[in-house]
Amino acid sequence: MLLIPCPNCGPRDETEFHYGGQAHVPYPENPNELTDTEWSRYLFYRENPKGIFVERWVHSTGCRQWFNMLRDTVSYDIQAVYPMGVPRPAAPLPPAADTGTASTGAASTTPLSPSTAPEGATK
Amino acid sequence: MAETAASPTSAKNPADKNLAARLSPARQLAEAFQAGSLAGTVELSELPFLTMVGVRADAGSEAATRLAAVTGGLPAGSGAVAGNGDVSVLWLGPSEFLVVAPTEAHESLGGDLIPALRDALGGDAGQVVDLSANRTTFELTGPRARAVLEKGCSLDLHPRVFKAGTAFSTEIANIPAVLWKTGGETFRVFPRASFAEFLGRWLLDAMREYASPEVP
Repeated sequence: MLLIPCPNCGPRDETEFHYGGQAHVPYPENPNELTDTEWSRYLFYRENPKGIFVERWVHSTGCRQWFNMLRDTVSYDIQAVYPMGVPRPAAPLPPAADTGTASTGAASTTPLSPSTAPEGATK
Repeated sequence: MAETAASPTSAKNPADKNLAARLSPARQLAEAFQAGSLAGTVELSELPFLTMVGVRADAGSEAATRLAAVTGGLPAGSGAVAGNGDVSVLWLGPSEFLVVAPTEAHESLGGDLIPALRDALGGDAGQVVDLSANRTTFELTGPRARAVLEKGCSLDLHPRVFKAGTAFSTEIANIPAVLWKTGGETFRVFPRASFAEFLGRWLLDAMREYASPEVP
């Protein structure tokens, strides 16, 4: 169970929240001018990184507000929580020797870099 | 004379009729609540038909100031409860509040709370909605009330953290509910009407162990 720090209510159980997918996916300026390929890219294609991921959550049984979260998809470490409409903060670099297992966050510019992937996750 | 006699009855009759016709969401559990309550340990009862009003207004707006004047303040943040006398305002979200007042405050019984709130909001952005039928109210009281709730609520209910006069919208027994601590050992739980029977039975089950003498 994740303990998610809601910006309004403080830490609450994961079961009180709902997931909203990847954050910062802008609606196209002019959807009519997009090709079908571009439109389908906007609709269906999302990142699936191993490591830091920016995602939206809503505190549905609490304050019912949406917010963004920076989460490590390997270690489930929640690195930042910030309001909607705010640009993505730089992934906080884990301090050297980041307590062990999940170190993919260190490759902040290329979160997909598998070079430092943890145990059994290199495929 | 006919007039003076008629006006009180005409004002009274519809009210009597309404009260007789209303059925509370957990009425079928009333006897079970009495049988399951343990005087001096933990007692459960339904407080049906409280007046509840959903209020939305942006904090800091003029409408919020006018609404606050009617209710005796709007709570500022998570957990806070504002209010004045019988009227309490629970914080549900940054711009969403739940006003809880006694049954008589409902406009069908001659109360003026809801019209006053509606007038205070005026044409501004926001809403004032009568939600009295949305939720029912359970009151759980006694030295074991906290232990009962802790079986199904992951908030820290220890009195050093959860103080009397705070309320949170959270999950109890895996259903969404508002939990309001009104006194040192008294909690009010607001489940939605459709969850009332489930939560009532769940609370009764959670209370059962305290009927037996404590195992040393």
